[in-house]
Amino acid sequence: MAATLLAVMVGAYGAGAAAALLGGGHPAGRALSTAGAVAGAGAGLLLGSQVLAGGPVWTFAAPDVVGLAGGILLRLDALGAFFLVLVGMVAAPAALYGVGYSTQYAGRYSLRGLGAALNLFLLATSLVPLADNVVTFLLAWEGMSLASYFLVLTDHDEPETVGAGNWYLGMTQVGLAFLLAAFLGLGAAAPSLDFADLRVAAAGSTGAARGAVFALALVGFGSKAGLIPLHVWLPRAHPAAPSHVSALMSGVMIKLGVYGLLRVGLDLLGGGPPWWGVLLIVLGAGSAVLGVLYALMEDDIKRLLAYSSVENVGMIILGVGAGFLFQALAMPGPAALALAAALYHTLNHAAFKGLLFLAAGSVLHATGTRNMNRHGGLIRRLPWTGPCFLLGAVAIAGLPPLNGFFSEWLLFQSLLPGIGVSSPVVAVLMVLALGMLALTAGLAASAFAKAFGITFLALPRSAGAAEAHESPLSMRVGMVGLAAACVGLALGALPVLATTGAVAAGLLGPSAEPPTFALGLSFRTPAGLARMSPAAVIVGLVGGVALTWLVVRALASRRPLRFADTWGCGRVGQSPRMEYTATAYAEPLRRVFSAVYRPTEDVTVDHHPESRYFVQSIAYRASILPWFERYLYEPLLAWVARGGRRALALQSGSVHAYLAYVVGALVILLGVLMVTGAP
Amino acid sequence: MSAASGYALALGQALLCLALAPGLIGLIRWLKARMQNRRGAPVWQPYLELRKLLAKETVVSTNASWLFRFAPYVVFTSTLGVVLLLPVLAVPLPLGAAGDLLVAVYLLLLGTFFLALAGLDPGSPFGGMGSSREMTVAALAEPTIAVAMFALALGAGSTNLGEIVARAMARPAEAVSPGYLLAFTALFIVTLAETGRLPVDNPATHLELTMIHEAMVLEYSGRYLALVEWAAALKLLVFFTLMANLFVPWGVAVQLGAGALLLATLTYVAKLAALAAVVAVFETRMAKLRLFRVPELLSVSFVLALLAITASFLSR
Amino acid sequence: MLLFAKMLRVGLVSVPIGPPAPGEEDVVHLVREVDAESRRLFGRALAIREVDAGSCNGCEIEIAGLTGPVYDSERFGIHFVASPRHADLLLVTGPVTRNMEVPLRKTYEATPAPKLVVAVGDCARTCGVFQGSYAVVGSVDRVVPVDVFVDGCPPEPAQILRGILTALRRPLRA
Repeated sequence: MAATLLAVMVGAYGAGAAAALLGGGHPAGRALSTAGAVAGAGAGLLLGSQVLAGGPVWTFAAPDVVGLAGGILLRLDALGAFFLVLVGMVAAPAALYGVGYSTQYAGRYSLRGLGAALNLFLLATSLVPLADNVVTFLLAWEGMSLASYFLVLTDHDEPETVGAGNWYLGMTQVGLAFLLAAFLGLGAAAPSLDFADLRVAAAGSTGAARGAVFALALVGFGSKAGLIPLHVWLPRAHPAAPSHVSALMSGVMIKLGVYGLLRVGLDLLGGGPPWWGVLLIVLGAGSAVLGVLYALMEDDIKRLLAYSSVENVGMIILGVGAGFLFQALAMPGPAALALAAALYHTLNHAAFKGLLFLAAGSVLHATGTRNMNRHGGLIRRLPWTGPCFLLGAVAIAGLPPLNGFFSEWLLFQSLLPGIGVSSPVVAVLMVLALGMLALTAGLAASAFAKAFGITFLALPRSAGAAEAHESPLSMRVGMVGLAAACVGLALGALPVLATTGAVAAGLLGPSAEPPTFALGLSFRTPAGLARMSPAAVIVGLVGGVALTWLVVRALASRRPLRFADTWGCGRVGQSPRMEYTATAYAEPLRRVFSAVYRPTEDVTVDHHPESRYFVQSIAYRASILPWFERYLYEPLLAWVARGGRRALALQSGSVHAYLAYVVGALVILLGVLMVTGAP
Repeated sequence: MSAASGYALALGQALLCLALAPGLIGLIRWLKARMQNRRGAPVWQPYLELRKLLAKETVVSTNASWLFRFAPYVVFTSTLGVVLLLPVLAVPLPLGAAGDLLVAVYLLLLGTFFLALAGLDPGSPFGGMGSSREMTVAALAEPTIAVAMFALALGAGSTNLGEIVARAMARPAEAVSPGYLLAFTALFIVTLAETGRLPVDNPATHLELTMIHEAMVLEYSGRYLALVEWAAALKLLVFFTLMANLFVPWGVAVQLGAGALLLATLTYVAKLAALAAVVAVFETRMAKLRLFRVPELLSVSFVLALLAITASFLSR
Repeated sequence: MLLFAKMLRVGLVSVPIGPPAPGEEDVVHLVREVDAESRRLFGRALAIREVDAGSCNGCEIEIAGLTGPVYDSERFGIHFVASPRHADLLLVTGPVTRNMEVPLRKTYEATPAPKLVVAVGDCARTCGVFQGSYAVVGSVDRVVPVDVFVDGCPPEPAQILRGILTALRRPLRA
């Protein structure tokens, strides 16, 4: 059964890619390609669910393919199945959405390439959680990176897209280098590069070696996940890509960074000393706060969503770090809870971030711009996109009754046991992490009040917004599908939690008891710290609103509703220029956090040539200091460039010099071999 | 307690709070009036105003969407939902299994979120300004509330509000411990900020450029205004109840006897009146802070909350 | 502390609003009877929005005294609000200048029904000293329907209160 589903998945994606390449110029070919992607996603979803529902772990081996490096080895365990389900959940609606969305590229860019790259990307992404040896993992990983690079470059006439692609490619290759180093470090003492052998070898290696492997893996996976300071590619690549690709990258691909960290850190290395957890918590909390702070300042709706992904990955890594830390401190119950919370938030974020990107793409498709200062009043012109974006915004702000709230509640609860630990450093760290998590929640609510409010409410601020039209059916189906997923994850909070709890317990080894989430109406966290009933919250809120409406209808006046102008102190008319802009909305927070932003403002006033009292135009430019680019990446790139220029001296052009280099290298190699005594 | 009596108690508490909330606002206004040497309106004036508002016509802006008409219900329901989770008259809480202090904090944030959106909807600059400022204050107050409440939860070993109250009643000496006192001060500052009282926001101002909460509701009329005003009164009641019953819990009933509940109601009203007097004195003595001084005030409260949780941790 | 000592020493200083003194009965002109429903609705809770339709601010200073300790309009359930959407009664002053004609009408339209208008001052009824000016449209009832006129230049706060209370048929006790 599982093997069949795997074959269907791979076959569907392959067929989809082939259909795109061969028939992509024709709507039928594109439909076939989408069907392939949806079928593949569905098969992956079924495959993952089957294993999560208690099916056996199965393996698949093809040792002859790439036999020199160890062959293809696939294995589906609970952790991999969870991420496979995540991929399928977002991929199916995104692929459907892509049908309508990619029509805007017809005639300008190659739709064949887009369809083929999408299918190959989804195939590679689905194979990463299945990989059971290093070569399969790295092949799938790099395939995922390259396919997504080509997807990011779809709109390559825009100059910023090419720049974004460069940053993205650079970061993925650097990450790959670190991953390669980590895996080779792990595999140095192992008989083969299968994960099973690596696990055994890691158990026997020294603390320093494991720490080094962990650090390398953290850099490699952290850059894919978007952890600060390795996040700089995210706000460039995600806005540049087509919206369904952004949804997939933000919803699915960066989660595989989290998957990698869990696989290498907990599964292969088996956990480590407390400093691993502390490092993850610090990086996670920092990413969360900085991500949302930068998201607040954005006027580009997709960049805001990209920075918000950095924030949410920070929250997930915070939970993962707590899991690592509690395991190191021999507290298996809280560790399992922390990991379960992080995994639940991963799934939730995939759902609502995918939804938000699809809705943002719908807005872009309708208005032609990503700049929120040009939007406005779209809630009436886009009657499907508006409520979908609102649902996503409420979910991502962590507000009841949606899924984001439940996973944030769990993240808070999972950090609380850490305050009771005897080590004061850990306790203080937990307190600070709690404070930063709470700050992130408040700031995220502000950021999404801005994103939804400025884009959808009030009057249209530009002609594009005034003439916006709703998206075609395929895009609407995609959005509604993910919206239903969000609601489903909220209603089904307890079963999903039971599943993530089982996955977490499986990761932590046989000593961990799975957090007991009784499938009743409410659950109690381990250590009895808290109780909450998702059903009560949802029913209470929805029922309460309905009840209030009925009571008010009965008690209130029978006079009909009257429509009138907005009250503006009696001014004659209202224009969109009187509304608040996105920049203005976040301005108080820009002032409050000016130490982080270091904002600069520039106001240029153009006067009428004949009189200084008549102003023709005012130009206002505001910018914030990009700390990481200015102080980390630019010096690094400058250093690399300098090194490259120095190395240029070696390229003399003389054949004799090059022959001398070859002979010299051989001599040194022979000398090393003689000294180390290798055969 | 049995399930049926538990639900009856929850319903009774909710109705009591709904009934008391406008009176609390009226009491504060009456006290301020007396401090200004004038008679002022009677304490039950807000009830008359709510009744009048329900009977008035509702006018809605042509620029506003369905969200404008939907938001007051969400704001009202979410605040009422918090009331259902509070230790008002008796512990253990009848609905304690439904939610704890974190659920309460996030329900309040839900109400703020929708009110902020409703402020943006009609497209007036005042609404946008109020919305932006309100979200700023709410975002900066979030960490303080969370950390201050966690300071209490740490001592009680649970984030369930009923258990925090029970623990405080069991160990009276804790009420004057540094952790509790610091947390109380932090929570008091946050109360003033979140409910829009002086020195953060003047509820009676007519100057739109100084408004935070009022600016968002300038467009509401009739039944929507009644809902929003009642929700604002309920929010003040919620914060007062937290301050009263978490920090000075004596009087809260531990069993469901008629005498115990009567005593609980009387002590509850007395505590609310005392807090109302404190707030009225603050509002009379202090002038409103400039908007960009409010983050400084909120960071002071955050530092106090951090000290509270450290003190709780050290004295465990 | 000194402040609280002073509060206690001064005590309540609000003056009662009684019937008009002899010779001042025709300061308040009731143009039309306010209907019973409105009287019942606004009898105990009235929200006022003040509109300055071009006045010299003399009437505004008297209206500002209404909320002070001496005249204390709040004890009658009257409070001033920031937005006409929240208001039941518009308190209009000034000869309506040309620039304020449209804003005044818009304020009236923004107020939800049922609503009342009380026009305060000689300017509001007869344009006062500005009568015949090129900048003036006319008395307030040329722009919005007025229920009560209160004469005076400026009228005392007690007269203004009497005008509002008379419209609502509230008893005037000395």
